[in-house]
Amino acid sequence: MATHTPRRHGGVFDVLQEWITTVDHKKIGLMYIGYALIFLVVAGAEALLMRVQLAVPNNHFVSPQTFNRLFTMHGTTMVFFVGMPILFGFGNYLIPLMIGARDMAFPRLNAFSFWISAFGGFLLYFSYLAGSGLYGAGTAPDVGWFAYAPLTSRVFSPGHSTDYWTLSVLLSGVGSIGTALNIVATALTMRCRGMKLSRMPLLVWLYVVTSCIAFIAVSPLTAAQIMLVIDRYLGGHFFDTQAGGSAVLWMHFFWIFGHPEVYILVLPAFAFANEIIPVFSRKAIFGYPAMVAATVAIGFISMGVWAHHMFTVGLGPEANAFFTFSTMVIAVPTGIKIFNWLATMWGGSIRFATPMIFSIGFLFQFLIAGLTGVMLAASPFDWQLGNSYFVVAHFHYVLVGAILFMIFAAFYFWYPKITGRMMSETLGKWHFWLFVIGFHMTFDFMHVPGLLGMPRRIYTYEADRGWGGWNMIVSIGAIFQTAATLIFVYNLIRSYYKGEEAGPDPWDAWTLEWSTSSPPPSYNFAEIPTVHSRRPLWDLKHPDDPDTNYE
Amino acid sequence: MSTAVAVSHSTEDDWKQPSRGMVGMACLIAAESAIFIIFVIAYIFYTGKSLTGPTPREVLDLPIFSTVCLLSSSITVHFAVHQLRAGKIGQCSAWLAGTVLLGGIFIGSTAKEWYELIYHHGLTIRTNLFGTTFYSLVGLHASHVIAGLIMLSLALIFSLQGKVNAHHAERLEVLSVYWHFVDAVWVVVFTVVYVLGR
Ligand SMILES: [Cu+2]
Repeated sequence: MATHTPRRHGGVFDVLQEWITTVDHKKIGLMYIGYALIFLVVAGAEALLMRVQLAVPNNHFVSPQTFNRLFTMHGTTMVFFVGMPILFGFGNYLIPLMIGARDMAFPRLNAFSFWISAFGGFLLYFSYLAGSGLYGAGTAPDVGWFAYAPLTSRVFSPGHSTDYWTLSVLLSGVGSIGTALNIVATALTMRCRGMKLSRMPLLVWLYVVTSCIAFIAVSPLTAAQIMLVIDRYLGGHFFDTQAGGSAVLWMHFFWIFGHPEVYILVLPAFAFANEIIPVFSRKAIFGYPAMVAATVAIGFISMGVWAHHMFTVGLGPEANAFFTFSTMVIAVPTGIKIFNWLATMWGGSIRFATPMIFSIGFLFQFLIAGLTGVMLAASPFDWQLGNSYFVVAHFHYVLVGAILFMIFAAFYFWYPKITGRMMSETLGKWHFWLFVIGFHMTFDFMHVPGLLGMPRRIYTYEADRGWGGWNMIVSIGAIFQTAATLIFVYNLIRSYYKGEEAGPDPWDAWTLEWSTSSPPPSYNFAEIPTVHSRRPLWDLKHPDDPDTNYE
Repeated sequence: MSTAVAVSHSTEDDWKQPSRGMVGMACLIAAESAIFIIFVIAYIFYTGKSLTGPTPREVLDLPIFSTVCLLSSSITVHFAVHQLRAGKIGQCSAWLAGTVLLGGIFIGSTAKEWYELIYHHGLTIRTNLFGTTFYSLVGLHASHVIAGLIMLSLALIFSLQGKVNAHHAERLEVLSVYWHFVDAVWVVVFTVVYVLGR
């Protein structure tokens, strides 16, 4: 496979320069994924340290101050510098290939968005070196990932750690908006001939909805961060209760972002499931229009549920009733999706390859996460369990049990396209089973200390509370997950050199990315394809029975 | 490409998709609107909640003249696009110059207003909640006006140098949509800050 520009070989600097100056959507996508993986390891290590600290009562493995920094950095990193970039990375890589385009709509904006959010992640960790400034105060941010006022005011957060937090989140927000804009513009204006919106792969549809949520949800966070900067640097009073400002206003602004953010992260996971489950069930997706409609519905409803994170503030009966109701309504479109995935598998000849078993794990775990979500949506129930480990267990069930499982599935599924080589199935199965065991040890059992009253964010607890045994199981599960992740990383590296040759279409799939070589050339398609149905490669392989007959 | 599966390349009739620039601008406007909405909500939420003076009623005057200037600049930029599309570069430059002038007047009078508020009325961003929310919201809008003015001035310079032709009409139109958005935001800011907030 010759690249279109002749290139001098050898020099590290040449390679470096090529990657730093690239505007190719595939390279940018891979850089997103690479930097997300680095931060995944870092934030995972932070989680591990916390689990060591909490494994036994009265532990002194880390200091309370360090513990506060650990959970703040873990949360911020996982949401802004692992979840967002890894999903944008896959989107960047796949969307132009799936719609038969040669690049994103705005390649230079794409590079800008990547570098600015990468710089945000760098700033966040630079705080460990520079956070104390001249004050001799704490280093890394320790205000929690939602950084409630007045903790973030100068009085309670002297030094610069909170400034690093604010700026890094602000920059990540700018980058996210840029990439989201690019995704929408690409999907709406760069499709190849014949790819009407009604034929667009569901993955692209879901990324468009995700991006639209990003416009309306990430921007409020950006606005709130600007206000916080004004408070901290210019002496403003937005969240300064001494001058009549409101701490609750920050909570509203944060959660107007915070809840839809869950959907920004989970919709791409759904998107992967929409592509992977049909291929391994050997059937077209069940209910394509219903999937699109349910996604759009989720997008709209997710805008009106944020205050379910604030039931314990005391919102009054009307608001409690409204947000309980709207939150429960989200279960309807979500249920439709689960039904459609099951219906896709029903009667199919299922191949249990690694991408598929991760997807099946995702289905079950997402269902359970949804059920505890409905429990917490009931405001009286939430008053009992708000801020407890039950909540932590619930949202990790979504973030790990659903999103991370689908991200793993996506790696196994598209790795052959990206590198031209298959990942090892044996190692994949080891990865899956160890991770499932670890996941369920950690997050099933984490519900229990929550029910027993263990609050989140405490650095240790008394032995007579009866939480010790449960926490020990939770921590042991973390070790299993770590081992599984290391196998995954090893598999990624090993397969790059020793994996089986994949060829252009190893899974016998149906979307356009599988029609070009693996890895795709920098121009993606020698000739821009034309499509006549939702599954262009099916039509090609089965000219006697093309999909066009059924659309 | 020898290993690749070929996909049929026959042509489907007429294949039209929306303009890239317009879709991008629409997305940007959606995101920017959300930012402005949050600042407007904060302004409304804190109206009348300042613990100390001065109050909006004591110090704010209706900026009628500058508002008229800014709103008319929406019309002038529209004509600039119109003329460029017709290939009349000279006319286009003239309308662009008018737009930059009107926008400049708006920014100038905002500067004057702020000068008076700061030096004569002692209202800064630290004084009270009114100061914090007022300077943030009006300043956020003004920074968008300045960004727009920079881009419009660049367009003007290019067209004076004769580097612009009718093919660029779509790009100028995208810029004009941004400028219309900035004007529309001002209508909201004007209503909230100078009419309802007083
Ligand atoms: Cu929520």
